[in-house]
Amino acid sequence: MLKVSDIEVSYGDYQVVWGVSLQVDAGEVVSLLGPNGSGKSTIFNTISGLLKPKAGRVEFEGARIDRQPSHQIVRRGLAHILERRRVFPYLTVRQNLWLGGYHPEARAHRVETLKQVYELFPRLRERESQLAYSLSGGEQQMLALGRGLMSRPKLLMVDEPFLGLSPAVVQEMKDAFKRINAEGVSILFIEQNVQVALSMSHRGYILESGRLVLEGESEALLTSAEVKRVFLGG
Amino acid sequence: MRSRTPAPMIAALGAAEREPALQDALNEPARTPWRLRTRLLGLAGLVALLAYPFVLNAPFPQHVMIMIFLYALMAQSWNILAGYCGQISLGHAVFFGIGAYSSGFLFATFRVSPWLGMMVGIAIAMAAAVAIGLPTLRLRGHYFAIATLVIAESVQIVFQRWEFVGAASGIWLPIVRENPLLNFQFNESKIPYYFIALGFLSLVCLAVWYLERSKAGYYFRAIREDPEAASSLGVDVSRYKVLAFMISAGFMSIAGTFYAQYVLVVDPETVFPLTLSILVLLIAVMGGVGTLWGPIIGAAVLVPLSEFTRIYLGGTGGSVDLIIYGALIVLICVFRPVGLLGIWKDWRLGTAVGGAKNRGNA
Repeated sequence: MLKVSDIEVSYGDYQVVWGVSLQVDAGEVVSLLGPNGSGKSTIFNTISGLLKPKAGRVEFEGARIDRQPSHQIVRRGLAHILERRRVFPYLTVRQNLWLGGYHPEARAHRVETLKQVYELFPRLRERESQLAYSLSGGEQQMLALGRGLMSRPKLLMVDEPFLGLSPAVVQEMKDAFKRINAEGVSILFIEQNVQVALSMSHRGYILESGRLVLEGESEALLTSAEVKRVFLGG
Repeated sequence: MRSRTPAPMIAALGAAEREPALQDALNEPARTPWRLRTRLLGLAGLVALLAYPFVLNAPFPQHVMIMIFLYALMAQSWNILAGYCGQISLGHAVFFGIGAYSSGFLFATFRVSPWLGMMVGIAIAMAAAVAIGLPTLRLRGHYFAIATLVIAESVQIVFQRWEFVGAASGIWLPIVRENPLLNFQFNESKIPYYFIALGFLSLVCLAVWYLERSKAGYYFRAIREDPEAASSLGVDVSRYKVLAFMISAGFMSIAGTFYAQYVLVVDPETVFPLTLSILVLLIAVMGGVGTLWGPIIGAAVLVPLSEFTRIYLGGTGGSVDLIIYGALIVLICVFRPVGLLGIWKDWRLGTAVGGAKNRGNA
């Protein structure tokens, strides 16, 4: 479904991603792990078209997308939920959601999709006419996720979905992920907590200083000594 | 919380299983029915606006209102680009000048009806917005503002030296007595100008009202709040920025044509000045940016202020109004960046919350 081959990404002269390849198949949940500054968000931004790779290619459902602008990539069914939620603070919850579902492919179904989002996160429905900045962190994360879902993605990419959330909300988000995945949506997400990430994904990729150092089935990675080295040093 | 009982009308349409919240969702923002008091106030305001020039049938009070309408029209145009789409222009006088020169030149040279000239002006202003916007709207942060400022200054200098359109002395529009409506010239009374200005202002406000509910309006606000997030949701950011710029420029040029027909002189010093670009911004900021009523309130407060200081302080006090504007803006920015409209809304909300609290305690 998603195939990233040997991408190299730089900010000006400063290269941060070195020959990274990864893949997400239909129906899969895949985690991308790595310490701070290892290039995880940069890879996400490159896949969704916010950044252009210096070399390598990104394919989605067989079509090359690494030269396309991000607003066209969304229409193909690839939604990217940016790090730190990035909801529109001075729009209401519903206006935020609405904005996710305006492109032609999603627009036809948006009332139906909105209903699904409200079923997934009933809290959003209760708060639908509040301005987004007045929501709690957890609710904002739900809103960001819901807004992404409004585009009816086939692949959902979420950058640090659990950042700064309380354990109760983390559990709620995990359940939401399961339900989204059960609907047939593939998920690729970034997470720094190894236990959390691997416990809820089929496969994982581990990144260190812009290079992939390890990949494999989540269960195997959980017990790997190499994972401990990357995250704990030594 | 609102009642969740489906309205009988909806049930009759065979959609009873649809829940009301989603019914609202179909209508985009939740429709709140206007209360009777609001309707009556609106009606009274409309009657007052229509009766005003006949009741106060003297040039000065009419002139003040015409200036309020004109400046509100300009501030509202600026508001579309800056308030809704978040792109601050410091050179909006360019489009005012384009409007004034297009219709003025065509009328003075070929006797083309200024109404037609206005259309030409709108087209040129929009084309100019595309030409200026495509390269500059890619710039982030304050660079767009600086670019528009510099472009506006350059355009003024070009017009000061361009012989074909009268260079520094500009264009004097010939006074024509016959066919006032077609020639957009009313030499007997200011009343027609009053209603035309009111009409133009209503038009731009209607556009903003519609924009608030339309896809483009949502996209503009998304771009204002977070361009990257907007892009990640499928918004073609540069295209919509340019669109906002075009709409804004088009309305601004209408104001230019109106002004040209009102004073019948067009010259670079009066239609391209930096002070005009700044004034338009100040009015919108004062009233409340990104709101429908903000620019109107701002103009209603600031324009009379400048007209009256001009009268009472005469020629020597030529810039006193600007000093007062400046002071007011500083006060607003320091204490309440939301503008007059925001202050009023907060006050209303404060009393409403207070009222609810009192009831809760009782």
